[in-house]
Amino acid sequence: MHGAAALLIDFGSTYTKLRAIDLDRRIVLASGQGPSTVATDISVGMRVALEDLGRRLGRLPQFRYRLGSSSAAGGLRMVTVGLVRELTAEAARRAALGAGAKLVGTYAYRLTAADMASILALRPDILLLAGGTDGGNSEVILHNARMLGSSALDCPIVYAGNRAAWDSAKDLLAGKMAVCAENVMPEFNVLNIEPARAAIREIFLERIVHAKGIDRARDECDAVLMPTPAAVMDGARLLADGHGSTPGLGELVVIDPGGATTDVHSVASGQPRVPGVVQRGLPEPRVKRTVEGDLGMRHNAAAIGEMAGIPALAADARLPEGTVSRLIGELARDVDRLPRDAEERALDRALGRAALRCAMKRHCGSVETVYTALGPATAQTGKDLSGVEVVVGTGGVIAHSRAPLELLETVVAVPTEPESLRPRDPRFLVDREYLLYACGLLAQAEPEAALELALKYLKAPTEVLTDDIVANG
Amino acid sequence: MPATTPRTIVTGVIGSDTHIVGNRILSMALEKAGYKVVALGALTPAPEFVKAAVETNADAILVSSLYGQGELDCRGFRELCIEAGLDAILLYVGGNLIVGKHPWDVVERIFLDMGFDRAAAPGMRVETVLEWLAQDFAARERAPRRQAG
Ligand code: B12
Repeated sequence: MHGAAALLIDFGSTYTKLRAIDLDRRIVLASGQGPSTVATDISVGMRVALEDLGRRLGRLPQFRYRLGSSSAAGGLRMVTVGLVRELTAEAARRAALGAGAKLVGTYAYRLTAADMASILALRPDILLLAGGTDGGNSEVILHNARMLGSSALDCPIVYAGNRAAWDSAKDLLAGKMAVCAENVMPEFNVLNIEPARAAIREIFLERIVHAKGIDRARDECDAVLMPTPAAVMDGARLLADGHGSTPGLGELVVIDPGGATTDVHSVASGQPRVPGVVQRGLPEPRVKRTVEGDLGMRHNAAAIGEMAGIPALAADARLPEGTVSRLIGELARDVDRLPRDAEERALDRALGRAALRCAMKRHCGSVETVYTALGPATAQTGKDLSGVEVVVGTGGVIAHSRAPLELLETVVAVPTEPESLRPRDPRFLVDREYLLYACGLLAQAEPEAALELALKYLKAPTEVLTDDIVANG
Repeated sequence: MPATTPRTIVTGVIGSDTHIVGNRILSMALEKAGYKVVALGALTPAPEFVKAAVETNADAILVSSLYGQGELDCRGFRELCIEAGLDAILLYVGGNLIVGKHPWDVVERIFLDMGFDRAAAPGMRVETVLEWLAQDFAARERAPRRQAG
């Protein structure tokens, strides 16, 4: 007989994926899957997934928790607005990404009529409005509040700008659903994104889940807590920091190549590791998520081809260039396609390697030498992740790969690019069971169990899977 | 004599200049006098002064240059401010502005022509700087310049 069980649900863009967990034994009982039927009624696909799960289990247990995350219906689409591009606009961007959003537009300075038209066309689920330090510039954020307030925009607005301007902004936003969170940059160059993130998550939970029709699955799911990328991020944070008496793995990076984007999460301070190196730019959040919108294995296969170059991809895949070009064209038209033969597997491997290499490079910081009158000095932008000891690969591309190490090994630092602060000598772990999101969700209820589960199921990428397991992955 | 909400002043050492001591003394003195100081420190590129001033709605920017490259580093500073909508911001520069021996009025002229409101001769005492600020802010209150729209 099973002990207490939990059901963790990912309402994905294409599939609704289930993981049933035995909380006492800390094991995965089974996985189930159905279509994400959000366009009609999400609960239809959810029931298909539950039936699938029931078949594998024999009988569905009584679940103590049924928690969901969602990237269905386009994910949490957000627009951010700030003042200076590198300052409050960047802080707002980071807050939205940290909340697990899909950023569909970022704006800085005064919104123009054309900007307003494009924001309306983007149809965001939430708009994050920042600008000015507390007591600093209020003119621009008030201008932007006026533009938003007098527009037809009907999504919730999170105000996380100059606190001194909120009272006036609130009046300008009358008629809109607007909430005030602490400023994303209360003082010059001080990053404070947690309160805005929390406000975004709350709105997601209370309104967006309903607006997108995901709460129609409420008979089968107690709560859809957060966007799926946020669940992966929470899982990463738990895995790094540990819980209670169970230590975590320490600083780590999670990389998640998908069909449309590649996500990278780091849980690490990223401070300069070499004495005398000066950090430039906005301070870096310890838990940081970046999304590479041009590095998707399917929707953006062509973009990867352009970025890496067809000849390089062809060489890596050991395929003729003509074949690579043809296959890339096919993939972009058939985004749900899994590799069907040796050629397609070879191309997928090459695309994955290129996407991972590039996404990690963009996530990590870099150093440059600045020449002062006294001699050269070193300035760092972004996070120094060279000392990070663990890199976790998650997502279908890595989980389905026969040789995930061949994908993951591309993320490490290379001698020819000494300026890039990528992990030098990490050990790799693979999320074969696609559990990290589930651990992030379960962490809300039973962090200890969630952590032990993650520690148990993340595996070294050494074993090469047989076709059979890959097909059922 | 800052009013109820303190005036905000951005300070920093421009360009590749690492001489931080005088700038730090100046920043501390300003803070003690009741100003809100946004201290950017050494090695600060010109655009960073301007971006900081925009977000914090600063009333003045005090640029230090000690290592002799001030004329090069400060070229176009006022234009950068105007570009960012800070047309009326008070701009001071000081330190050791130019290499070699030049009469001070010649050096001062160069920087005033660049659009700085005041240029400080080498070794300028902080008390004088505080007096300048008090005078200039008072003058602005009497005849406020139009703020960029
Ligand atoms: C200490 C020092 C250094 C230290 C700096 C340590 C540090 N991190 O701060 C070190 C050894 C690193 C150094 C290096 C160099 N230095 Co040096 N240094 C000095 C020295 C001896 C003292 C500077 C100081 O701290 N003064 C004390 C403070 C309190 O005074 P202050 O900076 O002038 O600031 C006051 C006022 O000027 C005013 N003020 C300052 N900023 C502003 C701004 C505004 C808006 C206003 C209104 C007022 C104001 O308020 C302050 C308080 O009263 C001076 C000589 C001197 N006696 O001034 C040379 C001096 C500044 N250095 C000089 C040079 C040439 C260099 C080097 C290029 C040498 C080299 N070839 O390597 C390098 C440059 C390094 C670099 N990239 O910046 C020259 C500059 C020549 C010029 N401008 O024509 C000087 C003048 C020496 C000289 N006579 O040749 N230096």
